[in-house]
Amino acid sequence: MTRVLLIEDDPAVRRGVSLGLRRRGHETEAVGTGEDGLEALGPFAPEIVLLDLMLPGMSGLEVCRRIRETSQVPLVILSARGDDIDVVVGLEAGADDYVVKPASGELIEARMRAVLRRVAPAQPAAAAREQHLTFGGLVIDGVGLQVRKDGRELVLAPSELKLLLFLSASPGQTFSRQQLLEQVWEHSYYGDARLVDACVMRLRSKIEDDPRSPRYVQTVRGFGYRFGPL
Amino acid sequence: MKRRPIPRGLRTRLVIAFLLVSAISALTTAALTYQQARTAILDRAQDGAVHDLRDQVGSLAPDLPARPTTADLRALTLQLDRAGGARNWHTAAALRGGPPVAATTGATAVPAALRRAAATADGAVVQRFHRDGDPRLAVALPVATADRPARPSGLVVYASFSLAPQQRDVSSLVAAARAGVVPVVLVSLVPALLAARRVLRPVRQLRSATEKMAAGALDTRIAVTGDDELADLGRTFNTMAATLQADATALRRMEAGARRFAADVSHEMRTPLAAMTAVTGVLDEDAASGRLDPETAEALTLVADETRHLARMVEDLMEISRFDAGAAVLHLDEIDVGELAGKTLALRHWQDRVEVSVPDGLRARLDPRRIDVVLANLLGNALRHGGSSVPVRLRARADEDALVLTVTDGGPGIPEELLPHVFDRFTKGDAARSRSEGSGLGLAIAAENARLHGGTLTAANAPGGGTVFTLTLPWNPA
Repeated sequence: MTRVLLIEDDPAVRRGVSLGLRRRGHETEAVGTGEDGLEALGPFAPEIVLLDLMLPGMSGLEVCRRIRETSQVPLVILSARGDDIDVVVGLEAGADDYVVKPASGELIEARMRAVLRRVAPAQPAAAAREQHLTFGGLVIDGVGLQVRKDGRELVLAPSELKLLLFLSASPGQTFSRQQLLEQVWEHSYYGDARLVDACVMRLRSKIEDDPRSPRYVQTVRGFGYRFGPL
Repeated sequence: MKRRPIPRGLRTRLVIAFLLVSAISALTTAALTYQQARTAILDRAQDGAVHDLRDQVGSLAPDLPARPTTADLRALTLQLDRAGGARNWHTAAALRGGPPVAATTGATAVPAALRRAAATADGAVVQRFHRDGDPRLAVALPVATADRPARPSGLVVYASFSLAPQQRDVSSLVAAARAGVVPVVLVSLVPALLAARRVLRPVRQLRSATEKMAAGALDTRIAVTGDDELADLGRTFNTMAATLQADATALRRMEAGARRFAADVSHEMRTPLAAMTAVTGVLDEDAASGRLDPETAEALTLVADETRHLARMVEDLMEISRFDAGAAVLHLDEIDVGELAGKTLALRHWQDRVEVSVPDGLRARLDPRRIDVVLANLLGNALRHGGSSVPVRLRARADEDALVLTVTDGGPGIPEELLPHVFDRFTKGDAARSRSEGSGLGLAIAAENARLHGGTLTAANAPGGGTVFTLTLPWNPA
């Protein structure tokens, strides 16, 4: 059972999604505005937030930013339009994944599950358990799921942490964006590669000394991304 | 255009016509002048000769005896020859049809026709003739009896002399005329070119305007000046352009309206569909639980299935609307084609039903999601309609400038008359085909996706039966 906070302005969609999630055994709190959502964040203490971007009053994007200022709760965007800019901006603002409406209860749940899994499923268990991998100034604790940079603890969103753990488990190995979508986000091979790009961008801004010439998460032009070599 | 460029041809023709007119008028003038002058020159020479001869004969003839002998005649001609002066004529005298007697033998040849004419004439008779290529004039002057002027004495005096000086005068006239015609024709080239330019400028304007219109610039207009036929043509052109533009604008507005309507409708349908789709799982679950009345369960299944179908259709409509609005964006990535084809099949559990042949390590720059949509559509169609005799095949090959993917099946193929329309919206292979298989937009979306890559998607019937769809994607999408 998962505690889900649903922020969605359309009453029918709110009811439908809540119903679908409740039937799957999740505890759901549904609110109609971003302001109510931010208010419910503390008392309800959700394990995951589903957020519609098209909200009256405070925009979904703003809600997304406010949540990320204080919390690294897993955050999935419910996008009414698959077109397109909104989703990217939402991802850049810190969302971990997105679902395009209309979406079935199964799909929404699958996305939630994937985001909630702390470690990529295909990742070698041994690598994930490795204590304190050290790369230069970066220390990655695969058990405690903590990342330190020069002794200072970094605050990473779930998708950022998962991507970093996955990449750093095989330093120097290049993964295509499609592979990362499948392995880290558990999307199909044909998912939206911008998900990867946005997450890499956020991750770099937190772990790199200079995000414009990254050392840890490097771009391999024409192929994808790899961790290191330093 | 097969014909030569119009301005040059028309200009050449105009200039040639102009030059012809000026040459003809110059030549006609020269010819008439020449004719008149030549006649005048010759007449004067002839009149002068007759007059002189008559004077001389008039003063010498009375000295002749009544019945002159040949020697008398010769003496007369000798005197006449001497009196000829600058004209340098040769004279002869004949008596009553007898042979002409001349001072120098053989010097005077008198044409026989002149002699015959002189025999019956009362006055002087002249004839021009040529001897040894030399133009000459012969004069025959019957001499009247001194005491009875009305009665011919039977004596005829002939004189013949060269017309070479007059010929020279006439020749110099011809030379002068020729010398005049050529400069006139050359000089008239200038007004000819100017006139051609003046006529052709509006024609050229009209041509470039027409070309612009043909290229789609319906707001093209011509600056019309003057009131001649070409100005009329320009005004007519402007009217036509304005009408065309108005029609095109109206059509475009209607089409844009229709498309926006489709986009708006599908957009509006998404919210209720989102609510319904979120609970289809609930319906499925309860329908399968066996706790409900069977008819209720069936109704629930129907609602759930058709909700999903409707959602798919709305998705396709939205996708088409995005293409129509030019809002479809290509997200290019370097992709292994073999891996892409494998994933497309695996995602739909078609691995065992499709024969794939893709060269190892074939990579291309494309939008994987869009190509998956295209392949899934083509393969789905092939699997549905392809028959079972020949397996569905997916082949990829690297051409020089494009990646070529073909999907073939062993089915009955597509009727020839349907072939040009397979990529149209809401065209279905045959009317009997069940509607549940797609939105009717699948192939249209596939073709749009190919176009978005700068490529093409074509359908054809294979010679041995079955359908071949060919997707061609340039290596460097625009």
